[in-house]
Amino acid sequence: MIKRLVLGEAGIGVALVVLAGFFVILAPNFATEQNLRNIMTQITLNTVLAVGMTFVILVGGIDLSVGSAMALCAVVSGTMMAGSGSAMTLVGGILVSVLVGGVVGWVNGFVSEQWRVPSFIVTLAMLNIARGGAERYTDAATIYNLPAALNDFGTLTLIGIPAVFWVALLLAGAGWFVLSRTVFGRLIYATGNNEEAVRLSGHKTSRIKIAAFMIAGLTVGIAAILYMARLNIASPILGQGYELNAIAAVVIGGASLMGGRGSMVGTFLGACLLGVLTNGLLLMGVSDFERQIITGLVILVAVVLDAYRLRLARKLAVAQPAQALTPAMTPS
Amino acid sequence: MMTVSGLVKRFPGVVALDGVDLDIRAGEIHALVGENGAGKSTLVKALAGIHAPDAGTMTFDGAPYTPGSAADALAAGISVVHQELALLPYLTVAENLFLRALPRTAGVVDRKRLRADAARLLTEIGLEVSPDTLVERLGIAQMQLVEIAKAISTDCKLLIMDEPTATLTSRESGRLFGILRALRERGVAIVYISHHLQEVLELADRVTVLRNGRSIETREMAGVTAPDLVKLMVGRDLAQEFPAKPSTELGEVALKVRELKVAGFEGPLSFSVRRGEVVGLAGLVGSGRTEAMRAVFGADPSLSENIELYGKKVHIRHPQDAVRHGISLLTEDRKSQGLVLDLPISANVTLAKLRGFLVRFGQERSLAEGLGRRLHLRSAGVDQHVRTLSGGNQQKVVLAKWLNAGSDILIVDEPTRGIDVGAKYEIHELLLGLAAEGKALLVVSSDLPELMGICDRVLVFSRGKIAGEVARADFDAEHILTLAYSGYLKNGETQ
Repeated sequence: MIKRLVLGEAGIGVALVVLAGFFVILAPNFATEQNLRNIMTQITLNTVLAVGMTFVILVGGIDLSVGSAMALCAVVSGTMMAGSGSAMTLVGGILVSVLVGGVVGWVNGFVSEQWRVPSFIVTLAMLNIARGGAERYTDAATIYNLPAALNDFGTLTLIGIPAVFWVALLLAGAGWFVLSRTVFGRLIYATGNNEEAVRLSGHKTSRIKIAAFMIAGLTVGIAAILYMARLNIASPILGQGYELNAIAAVVIGGASLMGGRGSMVGTFLGACLLGVLTNGLLLMGVSDFERQIITGLVILVAVVLDAYRLRLARKLAVAQPAQALTPAMTPS
Repeated sequence: MMTVSGLVKRFPGVVALDGVDLDIRAGEIHALVGENGAGKSTLVKALAGIHAPDAGTMTFDGAPYTPGSAADALAAGISVVHQELALLPYLTVAENLFLRALPRTAGVVDRKRLRADAARLLTEIGLEVSPDTLVERLGIAQMQLVEIAKAISTDCKLLIMDEPTATLTSRESGRLFGILRALRERGVAIVYISHHLQEVLELADRVTVLRNGRSIETREMAGVTAPDLVKLMVGRDLAQEFPAKPSTELGEVALKVRELKVAGFEGPLSFSVRRGEVVGLAGLVGSGRTEAMRAVFGADPSLSENIELYGKKVHIRHPQDAVRHGISLLTEDRKSQGLVLDLPISANVTLAKLRGFLVRFGQERSLAEGLGRRLHLRSAGVDQHVRTLSGGNQQKVVLAKWLNAGSDILIVDEPTRGIDVGAKYEIHELLLGLAAEGKALLVVSSDLPELMGICDRVLVFSRGKIAGEVARADFDAEHILTLAYSGYLKNGETQ
């Protein structure tokens, strides 16, 4: 039980509740229905990107290109959809956005696996390439006239919850399912933990890692659509710094940048925590600069607490075998 | 000068040193020889301050010697050239040589003096490279010489060399011997460890033989021959219990390897194993056994291979191919290559057979529990993370993984290294049971009694070649060990 509490995502959940309670008392209008909806809308993009980022971080990689890639997806599909009202172009635009994202993710994964280059550098290069590509594609212009249906979706609420946030929830749920229930998810964790052991057990670990980068790319494509749905524009300069917010959510959620440790529930709670913090501070009238400082401090505290938590967990785990010698596996 | 008495060092599950006595005189070259695992490297690490002994005393220069760290050993005047190189690749040769105490004026490194000192040292050791070369650009033999130059750069009184010539050509070795003899003239004591018995015979003044963590005998080198040394290394071991070997009819040839070539080894290697047969691979560490097995399994690329399974030619380019063809490889290093330490037992057990879309948790559980019972795995349940298991139980998890994969050809590399006696016996029992079921087994082991206890025949590797094959009826430790050393008795022209 103690182990569960220390090891699981309970810690971050508690932190989220405490933080929300704090804002309920101190931030005017924090605990209103409208503001809750605002928070959901605000954390949608980061949640979607963090879902993909979780896969990459679990295999020991990192993806710095998601913000720029998102701009590339948006301008390519936005150009295609602009000025057209037909359902075909809308569906086509969505597919193209996801496709572009998937290709970018595949390139990230393939290059870093094929030539054994750290994904940090590969995706840093991709950050520049995708951004430049997006600006070149529209000659730095912003795209308006996106289909009305897209914008309708961006303002739609279902059962009181913004539709875009439903998408984020759905993706997080799917990510959770894949990671915790499927063979692929198991191999993601195992590869992040000990790639060589997985390879020597007869699995092509390169493919697993490339797939993780592709999943991140797909979420980027989806995030680009959600962005356009919300703001009704596609701009080659959108999404700057988004990669860092996504990484922060994953890390606050308890993932290790070395790979092999982390969870989708943690990532989701991490994204919520960041969103609640930003929103609450804003309502309290804290200035932009101070908000950045506080956000940075929260990330620091989360990571330090996590390191401490892990050490405690290891201690508990080591203390365990003492009672374990009663052969739990004798026939029962 | 250096006297060691009754030195004991235990590691979890093994006694590495079990009472070593050694006395080294100033101005002598003292060779240490012994089989794999006899305790040579542990002894060196105790002398170098890396391992603190559990019992026993060391005196150096007439005073008690209890180094707390490698720095203490250095300060006392003891330099060590370890088997593994410890150079910084992106610094120059000169910087590496004098890293411990860079010459400086007013806090700034005195490059001119550094270069001059380094050049002098390099000339002395006969290494013709510029002191400004980055170590990264050197060949492995040159790096070895830099390492040696580094060791003699300080005014050491005792120089310990652990397999210094493993990567050197005979010409370079010859030059090294010249340097060592010159150091001996200066009164430096040298401890020299090598597989190359020929070198030991040529170079050393005295020799101490280690066996099973004990010092067996120290002799003056004059009149000693290689067979004498081998005889001392083998000795008579304490009787180790092995499970009775059931007599099994051998079946068809399961795995046949022809003309296998592995990078860095002489080869080519040809061998085969039949159903129901346990074939041992004996040899010294570094003789190519592990590399050959990894090449067969597709873990490392091989230069040329010709593998037949049950008479049919197959291509194995990736471990995945091997696993699909029913070959398993239990690697020598279970922690870094065999297990996913932060996953539970159940996940590790199914890893080699994980296919399909969903993980079937219930099935996985009962599978792991069943195998756990069969292997007498001691744990708090199949959810326990493998990291927290003892070595023997971890090894059983790896075995369970391959049992679950259902392979018919099982390659096991050092299956009982670092494992306590009880678990050892159980693993031997299991391996013999698998052979009796008709599986083909290849066992790599540095534990000669183990091979003689469970194998039908033993292939002896020596310096990248199969030096001979010994059938169970002719098992004789001395004979096997002589074969294992045979490749190292010739002068090192081939490397």
